[in-house]
Amino acid sequence: MWTYHAARLFAGAEVRFDPLVRLEIPMIAENQRVFPVTLDARALADVRRILIFADLNPIPLALDYAPLRAQAFLATRIKLDQRTPVRAAALTGDGTWHLAGQWIDAAGGGCSAPPVSRVKGDWAQHLGEMRGRAWPEGEDPRRSATRLRVTLRHPMDTGLVENIPAYNLESLVVRAPDGAELARLAIAGSVAEDPAFTLVVEGRDASYTVKARDTSGLEFEGTIPAPHPVTAR
Amino acid sequence: MSLARRSLLRASLALPFLGGAITTQAEDFAGTYAPEAQAVADGIWMVRGADAPIEFANGGAIANSAFLATNAGTVLFDPGVSRAHGQALGALAAKVAGMPVTRVYVSHLHPDHAMGAAAFAPAIVHALPATREDLLRDAPGFSDAMYRLLADWMKGTQLALPQGDVAAGETSFGGRKFRLMALEGHSHGDLALLDHATGTLLAGDLVFHDRAPSTPHADLARWRAALTTLAATPHARLVPGHGPLDTQGAAIAQTRDWLDWLEASLTRAVDMGLTMSEAGALAIPPRFAAMKAARYELQRSVAHFYPALEERLLPAL
Repeated sequence: MWTYHAARLFAGAEVRFDPLVRLEIPMIAENQRVFPVTLDARALADVRRILIFADLNPIPLALDYAPLRAQAFLATRIKLDQRTPVRAAALTGDGTWHLAGQWIDAAGGGCSAPPVSRVKGDWAQHLGEMRGRAWPEGEDPRRSATRLRVTLRHPMDTGLVENIPAYNLESLVVRAPDGAELARLAIAGSVAEDPAFTLVVEGRDASYTVKARDTSGLEFEGTIPAPHPVTAR
Repeated sequence: MSLARRSLLRASLALPFLGGAITTQAEDFAGTYAPEAQAVADGIWMVRGADAPIEFANGGAIANSAFLATNAGTVLFDPGVSRAHGQALGALAAKVAGMPVTRVYVSHLHPDHAMGAAAFAPAIVHALPATREDLLRDAPGFSDAMYRLLADWMKGTQLALPQGDVAAGETSFGGRKFRLMALEGHSHGDLALLDHATGTLLAGDLVFHDRAPSTPHADLARWRAALTTLAATPHARLVPGHGPLDTQGAAIAQTRDWLDWLEASLTRAVDMGLTMSEAGALAIPPRFAAMKAARYELQRSVAHFYPALEERLLPAL
């Protein structure tokens, strides 16, 4: 599958397995429907794009992230349909993809069993409910950055469960109060139900507007206030 | 499956090695369980499980079991993970206690304690009503998971539901007097047994000893209440669900200490904005250095508790 994915995702570009890309995953896939992945490529300069994918998932690519005015850091939870390599790739400005990956064993069905909220039947009552908070990131006061965590209620249906068509968040954008885009995520159905994202944006704004859109065209919006105490940007 | 896809799947086998064990469970399986009994009191033996995760290498034999000799046959407390494991425990019990197993207690639903019931006649296998209910719901899933992880170790292990007929209180069997305690917290139904003649407390997975507690069905408040009950129950020695015999009265306090630390740490991690991966990498205090499988259980517990903590602690937008 590596050959296939590499040809599709990195066509023609230089690809390098790079220890500067840190992929942190647990040693066990305790829940194959909610598998945490943290990617930290901040040791690389000028990261333009970040991909998170699992080679042997039926929907391999989970996230395509453009850290526009954000650091090369991204955390989320994905589904695993079987034992697979989980990988992260960071594209730097010189056109090189920097890769990290690890094998993880997993029970089957992360993508092909119905989500919990479908079984409970309450997904529609909570659709799009958003939670979030901001924190100061890092200890260096000269380089202020802000960590944002946001969670949304969404069934994230993969389309691989009988009689439940694909229905998932497809994008999430973070904007500053002046409307400037800070971060943009393209999201696939292999991201876990009730998605959670952690991003680190540069500087400190008075607030952060998060706007997400799903494959039915529904839009969900929320505003995260700046962390306290607010320091000037 | 198209030919192209097949060749791609084959190509995936040639992936560069990315870390993590890639084990091949070959067709020359010859695993046999070799449980060993350790006499802990007059007429009571303990069988130690491996203080490790459930792995093919240990056949899933990670939980402790205990034998109680009585005039009416041997009581087996926790029959192991598979039919072969239960059979091996039954044979060992008959050998050391001198009589075959005539009663089995399943302390709670988890497969390392419960699925070996397949080796015994259903009529002699007993558990709390809550445990039977749990198994009605979860046993097929456990079976899938154990067959996937343990393969041939599980051969012939059918789903065996215990009688859900254990009531809390004083009882006796074959002249042996003991107290059955219906508790909860590690799961929805946790059975503990106090043998009166020897003061031996069989605590099941309410108590772990020098092995990190696992929390897939835990309710931490109820678990603490159960630990309070056990601590207030006078006993001379305690057989934990995992880890070595406790004669010093240390294991209950150690289990509570871990649960308190775990809950405080995960709550703080959510409050600090840590990701699940970062929370799973938190420093484990030196006082838990002797605890086996600590990192592994911490990462499992992050998976069990983190989403609910976020739901509670992150502000709604």
